[in-house]
Amino acid sequence: MAHDTAGALRIVQLYPRDMNIYGDWGNTLTLKRRAERRGLETEIVDYNPGDPWPENADLFVGGGGQDSGQFRVADDLAVVAPRLHEAVARGVPMLAICGLYQLFGHSFRTGTGETLSGIGIFDLETVAGPERLIGNIVTESADLGTIVGYENHSGLTHLGAGQQPLASVVSGAGNNGQDATEGARTANVLGSYLHGSLLPKNPRVADFLLAAALELRGETLPEGELDDTLAQRARDVAASRPR
Amino acid sequence: MSRPLVRVLGQGVRWASSLRGGGSAFPGLVMEKLHPGFVAEELAKLPLGVVVISGTNGKTTTTKMTVQLLRSQGLRVFTNRTGSNFVRGVAASLLAEMDAFGRLVADVAVLELDEAHAVHFVKQVRPRISLLLNVMRDQLDRFGEIDTTRRMLSQVARATTGTIVLNREDPRIASLAQDVTEDTAVSWFGLSDALRPMFPSDDDMRDGLRQVDPGAQDSDVPSARRPDADVVLEAVNARSVELDVRGRKHDATVDLYGVYNQYNAAAALATSLQVLGDAADVPSLVAELGEVTPAFGRGETITVQDKPLQLLLVKNPAGFRLSLASASAQDYATMIAINDQYADGRDVSWLWDVDFDALRDGGVDMVSGVRAWDMALRLDYDLVRVATVEPDLEDALRRFIADSGERPMRIFCTYTAMLSLRRILGDMTHVAAI
Ligand SMILES: [Zn+2]
Repeated sequence: MAHDTAGALRIVQLYPRDMNIYGDWGNTLTLKRRAERRGLETEIVDYNPGDPWPENADLFVGGGGQDSGQFRVADDLAVVAPRLHEAVARGVPMLAICGLYQLFGHSFRTGTGETLSGIGIFDLETVAGPERLIGNIVTESADLGTIVGYENHSGLTHLGAGQQPLASVVSGAGNNGQDATEGARTANVLGSYLHGSLLPKNPRVADFLLAAALELRGETLPEGELDDTLAQRARDVAASRPR
Repeated sequence: MSRPLVRVLGQGVRWASSLRGGGSAFPGLVMEKLHPGFVAEELAKLPLGVVVISGTNGKTTTTKMTVQLLRSQGLRVFTNRTGSNFVRGVAASLLAEMDAFGRLVADVAVLELDEAHAVHFVKQVRPRISLLLNVMRDQLDRFGEIDTTRRMLSQVARATTGTIVLNREDPRIASLAQDVTEDTAVSWFGLSDALRPMFPSDDDMRDGLRQVDPGAQDSDVPSARRPDADVVLEAVNARSVELDVRGRKHDATVDLYGVYNQYNAAAALATSLQVLGDAADVPSLVAELGEVTPAFGRGETITVQDKPLQLLLVKNPAGFRLSLASASAQDYATMIAINDQYADGRDVSWLWDVDFDALRDGGVDMVSGVRAWDMALRLDYDLVRVATVEPDLEDALRRFIADSGERPMRIFCTYTAMLSLRRILGDMTHVAAI
């Protein structure tokens, strides 16, 4: 595989110890397999609080957690925030689900009234709501098409005036159950409440992240469509299920 | 309303609702309406008190084993065997068990309660002994978070008057020992160092690449620094196990599918020792473990067209992984059936937290259920070959049986898929009533 200069595609999992729940691993696995099936080598690197910062990351993925996990992670994020902001500015793709999505905003006020500071990659704020928003969800993104998944969050997220959402809600609650927005997008950073996992049933989103990562290395996503019949069937069923 | 009249009314309702096939909790509901506190009053009279068994995985099997162990020692045991584990369900079971004079003829009650219901229950009835098994990712879409589940079990622990029996190897369960006052004793059951890697906790599960090497857990605390356990599962070898009971080794047979069930046997034994106290006859209790048969959906074997078929209930990542690790894939024809009805959990995300590498060699013959395509996609990304995807359970089952050749069959299935499969099997062969 011709990556002598840059080596394997380096996927960094942010905080897998504290923030991986409801199948978030499926996102990393999907990126890995879809890269491999196109003949690309991959390397998965874990980053947990206090670890040395992984240099030369091509892609970042992070998931949801419980409040207890988010507290541990928030302190560490404050330390590595400059490095992440630098990566965002360079166009490094990232996928932040649920808990990490919230911490990529300005702040998260938990159900017990404590406030966690985020790192402000997204212009948004989150406040724990009175009830969890749980269920199958279908959204529509102008750039990435229909996105299906399963949401499970108590945080109500409100986007700042200029913040682009990831998608608009077709059925389900989304960011706050009110304004029909779901997730956020800044440069190549995608934030979302969708678990499910998000990427396996949304190959277009997975390929967007991979293509963005390769572009920074001066490469393009190799031609040759993968067979996504299984994903398509699973999407159709998921979109038809009751909430 | 006077007491005997309440009881007669309740029993009448029970009789009427059984005639029209009504739910088992219904008469209990009537009882609780007419006479709140009825359950608490009755259970408070039992000489050996109430044992509550809770946790996310293995309650049903462990309760069944505990009841059997205690009965083998001559105790009269009341249990909520219908599987309706609300307070009302307990009330309904009570009515069914009472004699004509309205007395509950029992020495002890052993009750399976899920976490949320256990919290409700212990506010009315304080258990003498509580067995708390584990906190795993189960039904998270209903309860929200694992830490919430732990908090519920903490309330159960704190309501317990005598002894809490805890799983030493589950960090969230083990930490409950700190939640109780000095008046409450703690008894532990555990695993030998050799077996611990077979039971990765949810915390270890997706800690990056460690998934491929569950033995290399840096969070492992050596056994010397863990509390002494009354019962330790030392070694397993198919049907036979070695147990260390208060420092003495015993060999036993536990003929249940999966090493996790053999660990449940250790939990049931530890609990029985607490109930029986000095009266416990350890060798005869260990021997009795060999007589235990699987509970519904926990590996029961059905013979269909002269071939054995095992139904294995899967409901969360840890349980599924343990179930997969328990037998070699090549030896079986394998089917997986995933539904997403309310009773299964609407969220199928958890399938991504199961490692299916163990199926790579043997492949999967059939994938079925409402979420068959999700399951097939999951297997595809774990590089597991799937022969056929057929969402319709009946078509899938018939084809699976026809194509399985001489291999014994096993079907991993979620709750409602299992109910449907049993019904379909019932038309083909004799299937024991639930
Ligand atoms: Zn979430």
